[in-house]
Amino acid sequence: MGRTLAEKVWDDHVVVKGQDGSPDLIYIDLHLVHEVTSPQAFDGLRQAGRGLRRTDLTVATEDHNTPTLAIDKPIQDPTSRKQIETLRHNAAEFGVRIHSLGDKEQGIVHLVGPQLGLTLPGVTVVCGDSHTSTHGAFGAMAFGIGTSEVEHVMATQTLPLKPFKTMAINVEGTLRPGVTAKDIILAVIAKIGTGGGAGYVFEYRGSAIRALSIEGRMTICNMSIEAGARAGMVAPDETTFAYVKDKPHAPKGADWDAALEYWRTLPTDDDAVFDNEITIDADLLEPFVTWGTNPGQGASLSGVVPDPASFEDPTDRAAAERALAYMDLEPGTKLKEIPVDTVFIGSCTNSRMEDLAAAADILRGKKKADGVRVMVVPGSARVRLEAEAAGLDKVFTDFGAEWRFAGCSMCLGMNPDQLAPGERCASTSNRNFEGRQGKGGRTHLVSPLVAAATAIRGTLSSPWDLEHTPELHPATTGEEA
Amino acid sequence: MDAIRTLTGPIIPLERSNVDTDQIIPAVFLKRVTKTGYDDALFHSWRQDPAFVLNQEPYRQGGVLVVGYDFGTGSSREHAVWALRDFGITAVLGPRFGEIFRGNAGKQGLLVGQITEEATEALWAVAKASPGEPVTVDLEARTATAGGVTHDFQIDDYTRWRLLEGLDDIALTLRDEDAITAFEANRPAWMPTTQPVREGTA
Ligand code: SF4
Repeated sequence: MGRTLAEKVWDDHVVVKGQDGSPDLIYIDLHLVHEVTSPQAFDGLRQAGRGLRRTDLTVATEDHNTPTLAIDKPIQDPTSRKQIETLRHNAAEFGVRIHSLGDKEQGIVHLVGPQLGLTLPGVTVVCGDSHTSTHGAFGAMAFGIGTSEVEHVMATQTLPLKPFKTMAINVEGTLRPGVTAKDIILAVIAKIGTGGGAGYVFEYRGSAIRALSIEGRMTICNMSIEAGARAGMVAPDETTFAYVKDKPHAPKGADWDAALEYWRTLPTDDDAVFDNEITIDADLLEPFVTWGTNPGQGASLSGVVPDPASFEDPTDRAAAERALAYMDLEPGTKLKEIPVDTVFIGSCTNSRMEDLAAAADILRGKKKADGVRVMVVPGSARVRLEAEAAGLDKVFTDFGAEWRFAGCSMCLGMNPDQLAPGERCASTSNRNFEGRQGKGGRTHLVSPLVAAATAIRGTLSSPWDLEHTPELHPATTGEEA
Repeated sequence: MDAIRTLTGPIIPLERSNVDTDQIIPAVFLKRVTKTGYDDALFHSWRQDPAFVLNQEPYRQGGVLVVGYDFGTGSSREHAVWALRDFGITAVLGPRFGEIFRGNAGKQGLLVGQITEEATEALWAVAKASPGEPVTVDLEARTATAGGVTHDFQIDDYTRWRLLEGLDDIALTLRDEDAITAFEANRPAWMPTTQPVREGTA
């Protein structure tokens, strides 16, 4: 019987096959490290007198705690500063390559691997961060781990793991202009729920996925964890190969040829069987937005805030009631009439060049709505430089937005960029949990296009609501680029 | 890690589903660099409400947390497990858990057992009828007994064995160090390395 992409990558990384229900020992090709989930792991190594086995497969960056203004000044919050300093100290002691604040390669850990060409098809990637699933866009097996596992990988470059089940997410058809990868994944999560993917690796398949750029595929794989899946993958293809070629650490010469030959064997065999399967019709998708406090509580932007009474399942009903109370929303309200205080374009879901370019195309020559704060935060210092070279910073600042330095920023309430209690935000990030963007803050998850249109109109809006629909960036619209 | 056989403590009913790790411990507490001392951070926002279950006696000293669907979803922060442990939660029982959370718990000696929805409701009912009623969790037999009724729970064989023996994962893996070294000798040459730093990067 044929094998799926996930099974092939797994099989090629088994160091010791588990016997009698014990897990397989899986080799890890790339370990990404950041300041939040690593200090206790480094401490563990120190206490046990163990070294870090493969410094050449490990790279660290600073992202969660870092400020996005005045990055040349000492970090103000003493606990954040201590955590960053601890990482720098640990990296020096254990010989780990680190990209610190101010370095060209610094940024959100999930942008750093791909932009360096370290994230490649067919490799295994881990990081003490659940959105490690992002790297699956290349056909890598990539998943988040806890701090004990971080220490385990540091000490052994392996992890004991039980094989995951496989689920095919088929997205067939063509996205309409204005509908993006973000809308696909929000629709997938709304369909299967936040726990629906538990125990699975997703493989995103179908014509709408094939038509996406790598950056769009990263957006989708990024949020696999929000459906409970451990990882999400897309089979590598010509789009993938073109993207990784010539990245600094991508293979060169004969190594490239050998890699390419192997990568072409990775896509799922025709006769392979998935443990589960769902299908989404891309033609029918509209710009999507969440109304609740988990990423599964979403709807098309043309709809209304649902009535909790309409949920058959009592657990879903109670969750919806609680969510609407927290979000201060009334059932039946048109989603498009919900005013926002803040628009945040950033996070490892949507802070790459393509996301910023797509938002800029909508904002160009316009002014932001009165009273709305608009923050644009590139995911990495490299993206910031590229965006500035393309003049995007000027588009954003002319529009009235703040153009910041790279980091996780307002995606989570850990650095100075936070919502005030009761503030409402249209955010391109991935989590709308209670208090995620700051205590009492209210989050609506949206695509960069919806974020941009919302910044213009001041209420949740899609590009379809603008008077003059601007020409939409083809790469994000699912057309063959 | 201490070996676990049976655990007994009051049933703490947390009648909510979709309790993500941001609720278990908000991000601001993740700035600490220690592995203990997170008891104050557990469910920080909900604990501002005096009516919240963990603010009630006899639950303030910890016990066995019984939760709804999809507990521990979201972020990979192991701090969620440390906070539960530091507060005095010795086991969590519920119908479905976030995968990373469950893995983290297993590594830290926090027993996470999967019970049916009916068993969840039954344990909640016991706790409501007589607050403080203990439940005995028997890891060997994979059962949770309260109010004279025994419910089965699921935990995978490997995690159960490790908890029963109190074994450290890293030491276990290092028994296979020769296999790891042999595997490394056969990795393809095109596999990426982070060092030396290549040209074109800072
Ligand atoms: S951007 Fe947000 S989701 Fe991504 S790594 Fe940073 S905090 Fe996590």
